[in-house]
Amino acid sequence: MILNEESIRRIKEKAAKYPRRKSAILPAITVAYRQVGHLNDDIYREISRIINIPYVEIAEAATFYTLFPKKPVGKYLIQVCHNISCALMGADSLVTYLEEKLSVRKGETTDDGLFTLISVECLGSCSTAPMMQINQDYYENLTRERVDQIIDDLKAKA
Amino acid sequence: MKFYSPVITNASEAAANQKLHLFRYVEDPDQYRVDTYEAHGGYRAWKKTLTAMKPDEVIEEVKKSGLRGRGGAGFPTGMKWGFVPKSSPKPRYLCCNADESEPGTCKDRVLMERDPHGVIEGMAIAAYAIGCHIMFCYIRGEFNHCIERMEAAVQEAYKRGHLGRNIHGSGYDLDMVVHSGGGAYICGEETALLNSLEGERGMSRIRPPFPAVEGLYACPTIVNNVESLAAVPHIIANGADWYRSLGTEKSAGTKLFSLSGHVNRPGNYEVELGFSLKKLIYDPAYGNGILGGKRLKGVIPGGASTPFLTEDMIDVALDYEALTGAGSMLGSGAVIVFHEETCVVWVILKLIHFFRHESCGKCTPCREGTGWLEQIIERIEAGQGQPGDIEKIEDVCGNILGRTICPLGDAAVMPIQSAVKHWREEWQYHIEHKKCLVKTEFPFG
Repeated sequence: MILNEESIRRIKEKAAKYPRRKSAILPAITVAYRQVGHLNDDIYREISRIINIPYVEIAEAATFYTLFPKKPVGKYLIQVCHNISCALMGADSLVTYLEEKLSVRKGETTDDGLFTLISVECLGSCSTAPMMQINQDYYENLTRERVDQIIDDLKAKA
Repeated sequence: MKFYSPVITNASEAAANQKLHLFRYVEDPDQYRVDTYEAHGGYRAWKKTLTAMKPDEVIEEVKKSGLRGRGGAGFPTGMKWGFVPKSSPKPRYLCCNADESEPGTCKDRVLMERDPHGVIEGMAIAAYAIGCHIMFCYIRGEFNHCIERMEAAVQEAYKRGHLGRNIHGSGYDLDMVVHSGGGAYICGEETALLNSLEGERGMSRIRPPFPAVEGLYACPTIVNNVESLAAVPHIIANGADWYRSLGTEKSAGTKLFSLSGHVNRPGNYEVELGFSLKKLIYDPAYGNGILGGKRLKGVIPGGASTPFLTEDMIDVALDYEALTGAGSMLGSGAVIVFHEETCVVWVILKLIHFFRHESCGKCTPCREGTGWLEQIIERIEAGQGQPGDIEKIEDVCGNILGRTICPLGDAAVMPIQSAVKHWREEWQYHIEHKKCLVKTEFPFG
């Protein structure tokens, strides 16, 4: 089993709130993603058993949504918003700065498995640009100093 | 909790100006707690609704107020509620559309983070008006902090008896579910949102039937934006005439504007509809002018899917009619500003990349067309544009516009068409000289 007891409990708890069981698919894959950090076929099969929905329907829905990586990523997934408001405020140079700082290219994971760097579409933080999301947290109004601090803190924590 | 967003708001102005109401308490760090919300008059409108109003009276009041949808389309909210068939034996559903993802838009997020009970109260009143007993709040999955805030607020609302069984002794039952999305822009389109909520891929549905007749689980369903719903308690508490007196004759009320891009003071500002765009950009209380004292080049006034305004067009009122008259749209109220050192081809490439990525793929013109547009615009930006590319762009745009079942296709096309119209010479220069007419280098920090 990949999903732990807590995740299974939370999936069941969420599923019970909906008038129809199939609505629990997105909440269930969200819980699984939060625990594992990515999704795959084995996880879809486990969810299928937990909420009693055919595997293919779980996979069908999950593969539509880009929020959930379908392959393992680093401990910290860095998502830089590259859309227009952030781009006007330097998102492209933020990505370059992070590439240099972490010695990876966009889409790659650092050798120590700590950081995966990607850029994504608008994260709804347009008036506090540029910004990035690391795992579930937003970091806004970024400057070089702030980025250095954030990365150093995460490294120290790891 | 460690959040909220560091975004600038005009809450102090809203606290001093009785006309502004959505942002009055958003700088109060305790406003998210039910005690503080109630101390500020919260849930009185909900109690008034339950004890003194019939569902039809609520709908009439909202109709009379002139409130129009704040998510982008601007459809009259009360009229939408009135489309729910009275005779249907099926359950009815309300969905709050909190999938905020139109580039430039970051206003609903502030309401959910800082004043979540205002959203819940508005949803509850709307649910009562249409006879709904289970309501959903569909929040984009990235907004973890909003989801946590809303879930905690829902728990508080149950404990206080604002949600649950026999609410405040009225005999009315109402449950609320906070639903977290999967990072798809298309799910902000109401029929795609409903598919997503049903556990399907988030693809749009053909209308009719409209959701008010056949929506969630093929039952009558109303989908309203966060900001529209957050205005409802104020309309019920202060009356439709009060709301109607705000803004302009046809665009009643206040609106949240998310100001972003090359301004000195980006932020979220609540103003009456009809407010001057120029003032929003230049007044020290709002945008405080263009970064570095540079000259303004263009504005996207209503989110990434609305046509551009040029420098000579910004003396315009921010309301539904005036912006339509100027050839654009109020949209979601996301005002994106860029200055003279911004290549318009570069701007459009950012936008079309977004729409290509977010097209759900159901309609061929949108699925294929956005891809073609991205390829053509990418090669122009890379200095490999060919003679005839501008005409090709116009041709593809013309074959997407109006030919898709949801507005995403139109949304992708409209800014491109306007950018070609306003800055055609710049596109030509880019193709001929294989480079930008102006430098486009934006360092950060």
